[in-house]
Parts: sequence; structure tokens; C-alpha cells
Amino acid sequence: MSDITSHAYVRRDLLNERPAPVKTTGFIGLVRTRLLNSPTNILLTTVGALLLWFTIIPSIKFLLVDAVWTGKDRTACLTENAGFVVGACWPYIQAKLPQLIYGFYPEAERWRVNLTLALSVVLLVPLLIPRLPTKGLNAGLFFFAFPVVAFFLLRGGGITGFGLSWTAGLLQLFADSITGGGHVLLSLGKTSAIAPLLWVVGNIVVLLGTAISWLIFPLVWLREQIQGTGQPVWADFAVTAVVVSLIAFVLGGGLRTGWRALASSIAAFIAIAIVIKLMGLDHGGLPVVTTNLWGGLLVTLVVSVTGIVTSLPIGIALALGRRSTIPLIRIFSIAFIEFWRGVPLITVLFFATYMLPLFLPGNFTVDGLVRALIGIALFTGAYQAENVRGGLAAIPRGQGEAAAALGLSWWKTTSLIVMPQALRHVIPNLVNSFISLFKDTSLVSIVALFDLLGSLRASFSDPKWSTPSTAFTGFAFAGIIYFIFCFGMSRYSLFVERRLNAHRRN
Amino acid sequence: MSTEARQPPAQIALKIRRILGGKAGWNGIAVQFVFAAILGWIGYEIVSNARANLENQHIAAGFGFLRNNAGFDVNQTLISYTGSDTFLRVFVVGLLNTVVVSVVGIVFATLIGFIVALCRLSPNWLLSRIGELYVEVIRNLPLLFQILFWYLAVLAALPNPRQSISLFGLAFVSNRGLVVPRPVGESGFEAFLAVLGFGIVAALALRYHARRALFQRGHMIRIWPYVLGLLIGLPLVTMLVFGLPVTFELPQLKGFNFAGGSRIIPEFVALTLALSTYTAAFIAEIVRAGILSVHSGQMEAGASLGLSRGTTLRLIVVPQAMRVIVPPLTNQYLNLTKNSSLAVAIGYPDLVSVFAGTSLSQTGQAIEIIAMTMGVYLLISLLTSAAMSIYGWRISRSLGA
Repeated sequence: MSDITSHAYVRRDLLNERPAPVKTTGFIGLVRTRLLNSPTNILLTTVGALLLWFTIIPSIKFLLVDAVWTGKDRTACLTENAGFVVGACWPYIQAKLPQLIYGFYPEAERWRVNLTLALSVVLLVPLLIPRLPTKGLNAGLFFFAFPVVAFFLLRGGGITGFGLSWTAGLLQLFADSITGGGHVLLSLGKTSAIAPLLWVVGNIVVLLGTAISWLIFPLVWLREQIQGTGQPVWADFAVTAVVVSLIAFVLGGGLRTGWRALASSIAAFIAIAIVIKLMGLDHGGLPVVTTNLWGGLLVTLVVSVTGIVTSLPIGIALALGRRSTIPLIRIFSIAFIEFWRGVPLITVLFFATYMLPLFLPGNFTVDGLVRALIGIALFTGAYQAENVRGGLAAIPRGQGEAAAALGLSWWKTTSLIVMPQALRHVIPNLVNSFISLFKDTSLVSIVALFDLLGSLRASFSDPKWSTPSTAFTGFAFAGIIYFIFCFGMSRYSLFVERRLNAHRRN
Repeated sequence: MSTEARQPPAQIALKIRRILGGKAGWNGIAVQFVFAAILGWIGYEIVSNARANLENQHIAAGFGFLRNNAGFDVNQTLISYTGSDTFLRVFVVGLLNTVVVSVVGIVFATLIGFIVALCRLSPNWLLSRIGELYVEVIRNLPLLFQILFWYLAVLAALPNPRQSISLFGLAFVSNRGLVVPRPVGESGFEAFLAVLGFGIVAALALRYHARRALFQRGHMIRIWPYVLGLLIGLPLVTMLVFGLPVTFELPQLKGFNFAGGSRIIPEFVALTLALSTYTAAFIAEIVRAGILSVHSGQMEAGASLGLSRGTTLRLIVVPQAMRVIVPPLTNQYLNLTKNSSLAVAIGYPDLVSVFAGTSLSQTGQAIEIIAMTMGVYLLISLLTSAAMSIYGWRISRSLGA
């Protein structure tokens, strides 16, 4: 060992300092390594810089530097009056802003739109922040309570009954349609080759309908009693509250564990009562604003939020139907999904506008906005079904089998075990569908509804503001609004995706 | 006493149950029965309501209206069409216009999409940022917004024909659209086409032969000189013999408009621009994802085999990336075709615009017309998805082998 050290060369003085390595971080490093490191790259950088120079600079100049900020009409935005080449004409946006946001919604009632927007923000923001608690209550309020409140706020009008009247009405309609179906079969039986069979089936169906109408007779009688009292809404409300609370109490476990269910049921009904009282729904409610007066951003938001809220249940139902073991339901779901996915949205809107009224009974008219909403809900529902199906396919079979081994029924397996995991998997895809839904709402302007884009287009034809830069200004404004919404949603979807995949990051 | 195995019981009930109710059994049959009854009831209601409503509006159901005179003009037709032609011809004219705008849009969208994808993948920081900016801005604005922007803002702001912008004196851009030279077939046109066709077929046959030789016997055959000769030399010789196949008629400004040349209507320009730039943003993302999906080890493996960078890309990376790229790319092509129906917003005479728009308002035959329009798009998308299933099946077969 010792002779190694004796022969080894041991350095006794320090090496000179070498120059610092070329900086590869920060702005200088970026320029060195990724912008100007080779002749090709220098050329590419020049090309890119020129591209930016000829797009970004003129845009900024148009939007800010050369813009006109104040004025009363088009004369302020004309080059000969302003003394320079005029860019954006912002007074035009200021003048048209109410129309772009509310459409022709009466000026005195616009606080209702603002209130609805504020409500939706208050409910939506906590729902989107994962760290905040009470997601269940929040989601319930947003997806069930908010649409109802928003409907009565935006459209106005009141109610004449409550849960009991509606249930009685629905059941009566059900019984009537069954009886009607039986009569149709009987009338068909007179001319058909399988007359005896049709006669038997028809009679059975008619009997069934009559039996149901006898069964629901107490309910109908009660409804008539309630309508006879001076305060039908409140009487009906009281009866409904008592019945529903009792059912919740019994289902919740009766005297032993049912108190919690009873308390929450009573709390919910008190909240509903407060809302009814506040909005005066029991005596006519707010003045009615028909949907042909709605417009601008309001319609865009109404269509997209309704589409989001209704398409998800449709999508889940269709996805489950497509994976069903029952052949007819599976075939129906596949055909339904593939049909809506195979046609462009604009033909769906044409279908909803021109064809749907033909399919409904003659005395039954559907509002133009509602028609478009139906078309959009079915269309988006089919796309959501494919998203949800992707999530269902990603759940290992073992999850369902484990639930079956615990003795859970199919409904419980699906709603408690499989579906929550599947939906969590596909949140980014669902949000992406929502983004395309939001963009697609602009198509309703083709079927004579004035959404943001439709109102914008209508405002171009105003001679008071026709200048060479009006169209560019309008598009810049609407583009910024659309971009903020879509970009926000896509960033949120990225955030959720990263959060869901947190365990996979290294 | 024989002890042969007994036949299993016939289980006829089980088989019937299985056929009728699937795995769900008798429950399934009951559910199906109720479901079928509800569907039948809804169908009956729809048919009877539609019949009653049509009677009230005095509209005769059926496709007889297709033989009636349309009586309106269409401002872009690929086949000869006048106002006295039938609605059936309007349908064909609209369909052809849809096909044209889709094909042109697909070509441009693919070009722009691949360029943007290469930008985004470029090691150059600035270019990749520009690519990202393009994708983010275009994807987050509605397509209809972009179509209207090009049509109402950009194209409307162009000068009138008298001050139109000249592109090298060959084409002219104005607010009336784009005027380009019109090709006029000359006497040698047919011969030229025939020779060109022969050249293409022969070149393909040569390539097939060379690949067989390479894969089966390991012979490398150099074919590119012959292919070049077939594709360029042969047509050139034909041109020398028969004269020029095509001459171009240049547009001339006469009075307030152009004479000669062929005019491309501004609606077509706006629609193609918007469709191709919009779809390009999606295609760029697909291409980028496809190329990134090929493991970097593949590139290194190619290099270690002694292949050059270009050869590695061509033979190793791109084929693997294409497997990932092709299905969503086809989906985007399909989307572009479906989105071309937005033409109705600016009045480009596509299928939806002239058939589901003008013809519908003239005849009132809502059910037939919308069913035919939807049927066309449905047929296109079903054919595409069938082609994609075949492609997927071939890919999985080639991977399995």
C-alpha cells in the first residue's frame, strides 16, 4: 500500500479556474440554445419574428393605439373626422353593449338577468374548486334548484299548484294515454288480419288504463279539494311537504334513524317556501318576458348551461344503454348515438325548427328557444354518451364483480361503485365536450335566435354605426368574450387532468 | 349395459330466453317488451300527428316534389343548372358544392396542420410558441365566428374589382371574390391525359415490383429514374408531339368587372379559409401527439442500425406515428365535411343552404328534405367509420403477425 502513495503523483497546487460554462438557463440561455444556435435556427427565428411583427403589432395598434374611445355615432370613427387612420371604434361597442348582452330584454327587468348570472357564479365557483367542502349539496343546488329558479327569474310567471297537483296531472295523462293506446289497437283490429289478437291486447290495455285511473282517483279528488281552497299553492305545498317528509322519514329508517332524513327534508321544503314567497310565485310571479326578447350573451349562456345540465344525464343513460345486456335497448342506444353523431349540428337545428313542430299535436306549440335546446341536448347527449362509455370501459371488471360479491344490486353497483369512478376518469373529456358545446351555441343564430354572434351580426346593419372598422371592432369584442370562456374551460380541464393524474407524476 | 355419456338436456327454454332477452333473461324480455311498446306508441303518435299537421297545411307527403321546377338560381354550379331544372338537380348541385368545399378544405387543412405541427415540434423556441399561439387562438373561437369574420370583416374590407389586388398579374383578389386564369382544353388534351394516366399506373406497378423484389428476394432495384421518366418525360414528349394540352385564359379588367378567367365566389373563399384554418389547428395537435407517441428509443435504434436521420424518420418513425394519426385525422376530415354545412350562414350554395334552406322554404316539404339532407351526412360518416374499422383491423392484424 505504502509504495503506491510513494510512486503516485500528487498534485500540490490548485488548477486554474476554468471560465464559467455557457449559460443555458434564463433568457440569455434560451436565446443561445433554442433561438440562435445554428444558421437554420437563426433563419427560422427571423421568419417567426417577422410573422409576429406583421400580426401582433398591427393588432395591438388597431385595438389600442389607433382606437377611438369616445363618441356618439359613426362620425367619431371616420378617418376624416378623427384625423388619423382609425382602428377599433369602441364607442360602437359601448352603444351596443346592452344589445350584445341582454338582446331586447326590457330595460326595467335586466336586474333579473344580472341576479341569475350572479347566482350561477356563486354556485359554480365553489363547485369548481376541489378543496371546498359540501360538493354534494352544491352540485344538487346547481344542477336541480338553480335551473328552476333561473327559469322563473328569467322568464317570469308563477305556479298554480305544487307537487301533488303535478303528480296527479302526470298520472292522469299516463292513464289517458294508455287508454287511448288501447282504443287505437281496438280500432286497428277492425281492419287487420290479426284482429282477434289485437282485440284481446287492446281490451287488456284499455282495462289497464281504467284500473290506473281508478287507482289514482283519491289523488285527483284531493287535487280538486286543494284547487277549491283560497290558497291552492300553499295548501298543495303543505300537503306535499308533509307527504314527502313522511316518506323520507320512513325510508330513512323510521323512529330509529329517520330523524336526519326528516330534518333535511323539512329544511329543503322551508328553503323552497322562502324562494316561492320571495319571487311571489304563488300570485303570478315576476312579469313574463317571452324568449323572443332574449338575446346576446344571455342566450349564449342559457343555451350552453342548459345543454351542459341536460346532456350529461342523457349521455349517462345512453352509455349505460349501450353497455346493456338487453338486446333491444343496446341496439336502440347504438342507433341513437350513431345517428346524432353522424349528422351536423346545423341539420339537427333545422330538424328541431322545422320538423319537430310537425311531430307534435297541432294544438301544442313549442317555444323557438326550447326547440333549439331540445336539438342541442340530444346532439350533445350522444357525444357525452361516448365520453361516458370511454370512462365505463376504463373501470376494471373486478370493481363490478366485487360489488356483486357484496350483494349490491345493478343500480347500486352502477350508481355507487362504477359510475363515480368512470365519471372521474373522463372529466377532461366532458369539459372538452362542454367547450365545443359552448362554441356550437353560436349556430343557433342560423335558426333566427339572437345569441352573442347573432346580435353582433344584427348590430352591423345599424346605419348609425357603419364605419370601415365597425365589423373588425365587433369581431374583436365577441372574439375576446368567446376566447375567455373557452380558454378558461380548457385550462380548468387541464388542471383537473393534472390533479387526477397526480399519482402518475414522477 | 352401455355407460355412454348422456346427452345434455335440450334446454329449449334457455335457448329461447337467450335469444329473446340476451344475458338478462326473462327480466330482459319483459323490459324489451315494455320498451318496444313505448317506442311503438311514440312512433305512432309522431306519424299520426305529422299526417294531421300536413293535412292541415295542405302539403302532399312524398318525394314527388323532386320532379318539380325549382325556379331559383344558384350562384355556383359545377354541373349545368338553370332555374327551370328540378329540385332533384338542386340536390345534386348542392351535394357537389359540399364535396368541392370539403375536398379543397381538407387539402389545405392537412397542409397547414402539418406545418403548424412541425412548428410546434421545432427545437426553435419562437416557432414552437407561435405554433402554440395559433392552436390556442383558433381552437378557442367558434367556427361560425371565424367564417363570419372572414366573410363580413376581411373579405368585405377588400377593394372593389377596379382596385383589386393583383397576384403577379395572374389572379386578382377583390370583394367580389378571387379571379383566376381559366384552363382551356386544347386538341392534345385527351392524349396528354391518357399518357399521364398510363405513366402513373406504370410507376405504381414498378414500385410494387420493386417492393416485392426487396421483401421476397432481398434485391434492391433502383426505380426512381424510370419513375421520373414515366411521370415527367413521357408527358413532355406527348406535349411536343401533340402541342400544349391546356392554355390559360387570363382575366382582364373590363369596365367594373373582370372578363375571362374563372371567378371563385367570396363565399367559397371565406368558407374554405375558415374551415381549413380551423381544422388545421386540430390536425396539428393530432400530428404532434402522433409523432410524440413514438418512443425516442426508436430514433436511436434507427441511428444505431446505421440509417440516416431522414431514412429513420421515413422508415421507422413516420409509419409508427401514422398508425396513431390516421384514425383521428379521418375523424377531423369528417368533421370538416360536416362543418361545411355552416355555409348556410354566409349563403355559399352547399347542400344545407340550397336544399334544406331555399328548397325547404319554397316547397315546405320539411320531413322529406331534412331526412334526405341528414341521410347524406349520415351515409358519409357511416362509410368513413366503416373504412376506419377496416383500417383498424388491418393494423391490428399486421401488429399481430
